Amino acid sequence: MSLFLTLLRRELRLSLRHGADTLAAVLFFLLAAALFPLAIGPAPETLGRLAPGIVYVCALLAALLPLDRLFGADYDDGSLDQLLLSGLPAPAVAGAKALGHWIVTGLPLLVAAAPIAVMLRIADDALPVLLLGLLPATLLLSLFGTVGAAVVLGARRGGVLLPLLVLPLTTPVLIFGVAAADAAAGGLTPRPHLLLLAALAAAALPLCPLAAGAALRGAAE
Amino acid sequence: MLEGDGLAVIRGERLVFSGLGFRVEPGGALLLIGPNGSGKSTLLRLVAGLVRAEAGRLSWQGTDALADLADHAARVAYLGHLDAVKPGLTVAENLLVWGFRERIARALDTVGLAALADLPAKMLSAGQRRRLALARLALRPAPIWLLDEPTLGLDTASVERFGAMLAEHRAGGGIVMAATHLPLPLPGYAELSLA
Repeated sequence: MSLFLTLLRRELRLSLRHGADTLAAVLFFLLAAALFPLAIGPAPETLGRLAPGIVYVCALLAALLPLDRLFGADYDDGSLDQLLLSGLPAPAVAGAKALGHWIVTGLPLLVAAAPIAVMLRIADDALPVLLLGLLPATLLLSLFGTVGAAVVLGARRGGVLLPLLVLPLTTPVLIFGVAAADAAAGGLTPRPHLLLLAALAAAALPLCPLAAGAALRGAAE
Repeated sequence: MLEGDGLAVIRGERLVFSGLGFRVEPGGALLLIGPNGSGKSTLLRLVAGLVRAEAGRLSWQGTDALADLADHAARVAYLGHLDAVKPGLTVAENLLVWGFRERIARALDTVGLAALADLPAKMLSAGQRRRLALARLALRPAPIWLLDEPTLGLDTASVERFGAMLAEHRAGGGIVMAATHLPLPLPGYAELSLA
């Protein structure tokens, strides 16, 4: 366990040192979401109706940005071999990476989503639900993304393959996340949608690191 | 005692080697020799548990070594031909994951990098990066050292210091397996030839 935390701290420290890479995902999110009012016009009712969808799609795309280097840098400089020999099982290495990605990319996206949603004139009732839904949703994006990053590791043009692999996996996150916010905006209870999101997260939390760990072992070979 | 018997590896539908056997006693050293592409690095990675053997058995103290990979990882210190050094971290921070915090200063001292502990690793020269990778060996009490071209880029003084590290490791009953084309400070080694 202490080794897991040491590895996580190392990941966070590395992200801090490469601050520009870390910030890029959040800035991409802010910029991409800010393009929508320009493209579809500033009418509040249209924007407010689309706001949850815009926030989710942009967050999803932004979370993809740092995935390419999640294992890529370690694979290229030999650190991956050392990580697999650090005494941690491979799924734990993948789990630490996923958690690192969530803290560095997922949580900042969650924070940035609030001003963006307000800017897009989201319904007042929907904002807390949107943010509550993004909590499991960003975690799921990190977990699915870690699996994708581990699977394409070592493949030629892995960076192109990665979104094609990860985006279809994230459709349930998109559907339930936006449905929860829409339900709240329409005066319905968002509870079933949020519970389904939480159930997805509960299933992905143990399964994704296992899959990613197996893929890492394969890539090291 | 580390023992390999009838080991075979297939990579990309090509048979790298087969029917390979060796035996290293505690304190022993095995030098892998053979032309480029003969599978020296692959054998080291196999013994480390990174590459899967298609056939054969690797045993440590008489039991199957690769049955539990996480257990086996604790026995092994592997030095690949890549240095696994993160330029964004300092020299000391680079070692943090691989061993105990209190051993870092001593390990850096062993390879003569103690004065540079707080320097970002991106400032290191190629030889200094290699020494940092060597320091990783001294961080953990692992009985099996697997070295892939360990002295590549090192100056004479560093090779001598590395010789002292190897001697200390073997005096404590440790095993060394190394693949190299350069002369290594390893007195009394056995040779394994890969055709």
